[in-house]
Amino acid sequence: MLDNEEFMLDTYPRELTQNPLKKIWMPCRNGHIAQRRVCMTNCPTLIVTVGLPARGKTYISKKLTRYLNWIGVPTKEFNVGQYRRECLKIYKSFEFFRPDNEEGLKIRRQCATSALNDVRQYLSVEGGQVAVFDATNTTRERRGTIVKFAEQNGFKVFFVESVCEDPEVIAQNIVQVKLGSPDYIHCNSEEAIEDFMKRIKCYESSYQPLDEVLDRDLSYIKIMDVGRRYLVNRVVDHIQSRIVYYLMNIHITPRSIYLCRHGESDLNIKGRIGGDSGLSARGKEFAKHLRKFIQEQNIKDLKVWTSQMKRTIQTAECLGAPYEQWKSLNEIDAGVCEEMMYEEIQEHYPLEFALRDQDKYRYRYPKGESYEDLVQRLEPVIMELERQENILVICHQAVMRCLLAYFLDKTADELPYLNCPLHTVLKLTPVAYGCKVESVYLGVDSVNTHRDRPERM
Amino acid sequence: MEFPHPERMRLRRCDSAASVPQFCNSPTLIVMVGLPARGKTYISKKLTRYLNWIGVPTKMFNVGQYRREAVKIYKNFEFFKPDNEEAMRIRKACAAAALKDVSAYFTKEQGQVAVFDATNTTKERRAVIISFAKEKGYKVFFIESICDNPEIIAENIKQVKFGSPDYVDRDIDEAMEDFIQRIECYRANYIPIDDEKDRKLSYIKIFDVGSTYLVNRVQDHIQSRIVYYLMNIHVTPRSIYLSRHGESELNLLGRIGGDSGLSPRGLKYANALAAFIRSQKITDLKVWTSHMKRTIQTAEAVGVQYEQWKALNEIDAGVCEELTYEEIQENFPEEFALRDQDKYRYRYPKGESYEDLVHRLEPVIMELERQENVLVVCHQAVMRCLLAYFLDKPADELPYLRCPLHTVLKLTPIAYGCKVESFFLNIEAVNTHRERPVNVNINRDPDEALQTVPDHI
Repeated sequence: MLDNEEFMLDTYPRELTQNPLKKIWMPCRNGHIAQRRVCMTNCPTLIVTVGLPARGKTYISKKLTRYLNWIGVPTKEFNVGQYRRECLKIYKSFEFFRPDNEEGLKIRRQCATSALNDVRQYLSVEGGQVAVFDATNTTRERRGTIVKFAEQNGFKVFFVESVCEDPEVIAQNIVQVKLGSPDYIHCNSEEAIEDFMKRIKCYESSYQPLDEVLDRDLSYIKIMDVGRRYLVNRVVDHIQSRIVYYLMNIHITPRSIYLCRHGESDLNIKGRIGGDSGLSARGKEFAKHLRKFIQEQNIKDLKVWTSQMKRTIQTAECLGAPYEQWKSLNEIDAGVCEEMMYEEIQEHYPLEFALRDQDKYRYRYPKGESYEDLVQRLEPVIMELERQENILVICHQAVMRCLLAYFLDKTADELPYLNCPLHTVLKLTPVAYGCKVESVYLGVDSVNTHRDRPERM
Repeated sequence: MEFPHPERMRLRRCDSAASVPQFCNSPTLIVMVGLPARGKTYISKKLTRYLNWIGVPTKMFNVGQYRREAVKIYKNFEFFKPDNEEAMRIRKACAAAALKDVSAYFTKEQGQVAVFDATNTTKERRAVIISFAKEKGYKVFFIESICDNPEIIAENIKQVKFGSPDYVDRDIDEAMEDFIQRIECYRANYIPIDDEKDRKLSYIKIFDVGSTYLVNRVQDHIQSRIVYYLMNIHVTPRSIYLSRHGESELNLLGRIGGDSGLSPRGLKYANALAAFIRSQKITDLKVWTSHMKRTIQTAEAVGVQYEQWKALNEIDAGVCEELTYEEIQENFPEEFALRDQDKYRYRYPKGESYEDLVHRLEPVIMELERQENVLVVCHQAVMRCLLAYFLDKPADELPYLRCPLHTVLKLTPIAYGCKVESFFLNIEAVNTHRERPVNVNINRDPDEALQTVPDHI
């Protein structure tokens, strides 16, 4: 007995046509392409954070949202604190959060409801696939409400609870993200910390953590002590499995990620794309400057990664330190356009050239790859980057754009036009909820390989 | 900057495309923990198979085997009684012998992971192992399987214990009775890993065949991959159907690669495949194809929704795409010979190797593990890689596995392995299988090179 028997009504096999942009073979009838969405989940997923204040819920929510969007799963976070700030306008003190503050409770409940309505809108109407509901959700009652809401709307629920009692971690958390919060804009640090600690206390007495017995039918991950220990219960599908894997690989140990391209190559100078040429004289000069720069940075235990293409390896060789080659870091495969100049592509493949400008992210070179393919190929690299600490990645223009888009939360639309010039190192340092970027041009001239988005289509 | 000294770290420059970054630091000793019939050997064998497939040299050491070699004839459960001093001595000696072999595997055979498969149910035994590992500089990762569901345990005993050498001459009821007593011998002294006292250890606890997991202190990449793998496997009965696309136009011409459509016989096969699938009466069958026209055309005939995976695309033959073997011999005789010398690691110029393919297929395998009934319509090299994973074939056999056109392989997991049923759907097709020729020297004559090329137009 086969599923989807309604498909049997059509005549099979259907004619196939290749989508000119993505080079995907799709069935068509009378010239119309049948729409078939390849998606990882059937029903949308509602991720619900759980935990006392200053346990990293928003940090996790934002990071997870960024990751899921980058791998192509439309995700949005809904921070109930935001809703409260919009409702209340001015935050006075922790007293708002006292469990006996009826007025406060009413407002907070309304905010949660309002956020859930927006979740419904996003998942059921706007085509979102994952929504991250970021709030304390510390009582079983509140969680029960959310589960019911999800059931009514056909969403799967996955809880992410963060449990931590280490006072140092909590203090660090408060310093990094609470002091700068809109709530404390008019307070000095000591006042803010004192108020926030009292705020946490307001939640503590009614906090009911996810319970191994009482909540055994729920799907959740409990993160303990910033990732030292995890309890994972009832992972039901692919996306939850990926989320768990991701959460288990991220850490908050301070570190920096250095991204740069290989030194200028011979093909770069000729204005040709792709290929596997060696460094030009200036490219070799850059490699020397890179070595000096890295030494001056005085980095502890730096790992170095390259692709398997000659130009990145030559660049790394100059550093005089062990490095690891990843085929996944190879430049985008331009297929039939490999080693061509843009003028030649325009001459021989004008249609392809135009299609690429129409949708540079999804456009796949004939017998080659698209940026979208690149992201999929780079996902294990990102996963391992998350596990690592100090690291220098010597790669290529398109690859670097993809990696940068991940760290800086750039959309698919912006990604292929991110500026990643030769002979420039980007130093990324995670800070608060995002990433600080420092751009260091190492003073060696090179050609410009950046092609802006054309104005006329 | 401090560059790590090569002598202090075993990091090396490598050009391997193995699926796991070459972090050749300390070897890892995986230690199973759990009462008999909790799936320890099942997990050990599966994990070993997976790690070897992704390129991490792994070997399993089953202490029960050592015991069978020492004791020759198994009488009954009394051997395992905790007060049986003679037996205790033998069992301790077997564990020690196994650990000695683990050491030899790491130092003399370049092994990277050893799976120590035994009950290891006492704190004392685990302490012996931990101090052994500490002394030698091995990392330790425990996998504990906890299950008290009598149905699961009974099923387990039926599937794997009755066929064990221990019970070869016993009738089923006797065997069951004896085995249950055997479990009881361990139960009295069983001390599970303690989440409080053992909090410094690295481990995963698997509860009720994967309903819940507790993960503690994952130290590195390989442990993270192991945890991810263990969290994705299941024991629900299901079948995986592997098939190539129907015969293609390029197949008929003896040309490799490309993106051609099905030949008339290939179309016939697609219909025959549809009929075959219907006759199998499978519940909830998922169908996967590559992005290439010939697999999609084949799946279209089956008439159900299918999912396209770029990762399932055929091996990229680079400069040899769409050539016949004769043309490859004529234009690239040295490449042709190199390929015959090491078909697994050989990478086509501007193309891929089988080794690269395995890396690219790893997410497919991971998702296949999560799924239940699946039909994968793919290509010759791809099918060889997937088959090698399921049937535990080593790298040198993999590129020569027989995956003829118009034949469906039905894989059904049973006991510790996989049952294979082969169905030739009675539609003639060309043979695309090229055996390794006798002479693989780069100076060989063309006819020596072309000796094993199958017939074509």
